[in-house]
Amino acid sequence: MTAAICPSAADAVAGIRDGSTVLISGFGMAGMPVQLIDALIAQGAGDLTVVSNNAGNAETGLAALLAKGRVRKMICSFPRQHDSWVFDDLYRAGRIELEVVPQGTLAERMRAAGAGIPAFFSPTGAGTLLGEGKQTREFGGRAHVLESALHGDVALIGAHIADRMGNVVYRKTARNFGPVMATAAQTTIVQVHHVVETGDLDPEAIITPSIFVNRVVAVGGPA
Amino acid sequence: MSLNKNEMAAVIARDIPAGSYVNLGIGQPTLVADHLAPGSGVVLHTENGMLNMGPAAVGEQIDRDLTNAGKIPVTELPGCSYFHHADSFAMMRGGHIDVCVMGAFQVSARGDLANWHTGAPDAIPAVGGAMDLATGARRVFVMMTLLAKDGSRKLVPSCTYPLTGVRCVDRVYTDLATFEITSEGVLVTATYGPSFADLVEMLDVPLVDAT
Repeated sequence: MTAAICPSAADAVAGIRDGSTVLISGFGMAGMPVQLIDALIAQGAGDLTVVSNNAGNAETGLAALLAKGRVRKMICSFPRQHDSWVFDDLYRAGRIELEVVPQGTLAERMRAAGAGIPAFFSPTGAGTLLGEGKQTREFGGRAHVLESALHGDVALIGAHIADRMGNVVYRKTARNFGPVMATAAQTTIVQVHHVVETGDLDPEAIITPSIFVNRVVAVGGPA
Repeated sequence: MSLNKNEMAAVIARDIPAGSYVNLGIGQPTLVADHLAPGSGVVLHTENGMLNMGPAAVGEQIDRDLTNAGKIPVTELPGCSYFHHADSFAMMRGGHIDVCVMGAFQVSARGDLANWHTGAPDAIPAVGGAMDLATGARRVFVMMTLLAKDGSRKLVPSCTYPLTGVRCVDRVYTDLATFEITSEGVLVTATYGPSFADLVEMLDVPLVDAT
């Protein structure tokens, strides 16, 4: 099925269930789907596992979702930042679980999920705390740890422009995790600045092909 | 005399071969960019998905969709490119990045790196891309002071903090000396203030004089 163009962010996040694993794009605030997250807060789903590079900045976007107590567990590479006080307080109070994953492993686990690869060996983390308890094997005389695919029930992605079929392009470093997360979720929901007619995007420039996109909503923003 | 952080950055910049693809870690290593010779052709990689990153953005250049790994607004240079995170880390893990420069809490005599977690019970662990860089970059340079604020040595027989990577560090640039980690031991390649004999006295690590 080609993507549905939704009239509002509320329509775009309809049906997200309690207990879902939600992949949220963004590196800091660049590429963070703030309007979709606000709509998810209003929609009310809770007991969520959220996968995102960081654990929220200041009080908006992911930080606002955390502040509402909707997230049971964060899977991320870099929770601690100068403006991550919402997460920091929840973590220190024992009110949220944390799984820290090396950033490249986080991306590759989702890439694997989207590509039908259930697990892979990586040298990253071998011989460290984050490699403990994982199956280890030597290749070329070097230790590697077994990492598993990371699937999402839903991906919420911030991008730049989509066409009406759901082909997506991004803007500068706001691309970050978006294209990988789009492949790894059962339902991929993309907020874009603008929706254009099918055929208006250069096929050579499309980054996320429509097959990976289920719902699109336009929220306005830079041309 | 001991080096300040800008002088350390200048020493590192001189040791980066022209035309290298380089990742500079968050914090002090970003200073290295200011000391790369014009025309060096060094291409900076930022883990959040860009090659040939330009200097920090000012005024109207600031664009919230264009930042470095430290979330600081930056600019484009001609020939820059954008890519997603799995490709960005393939550049590291796949051995395509020539040099990375990172800070450290500790480096061991065999080149183990500890720079992500103090292991303190109340610390919130945050690894980011440090393990991927330590494991994947072809050469790993560390930029740090030789002594911690409490006076403890940061070049140690073996790390007491949790490791970022095993036997991954090639060179250690400090305010007091530059070290090269080799299979033959830890070479001192330059000193800034203390003599080689002073360093032997100061450190609990066997050293080879290569100054």
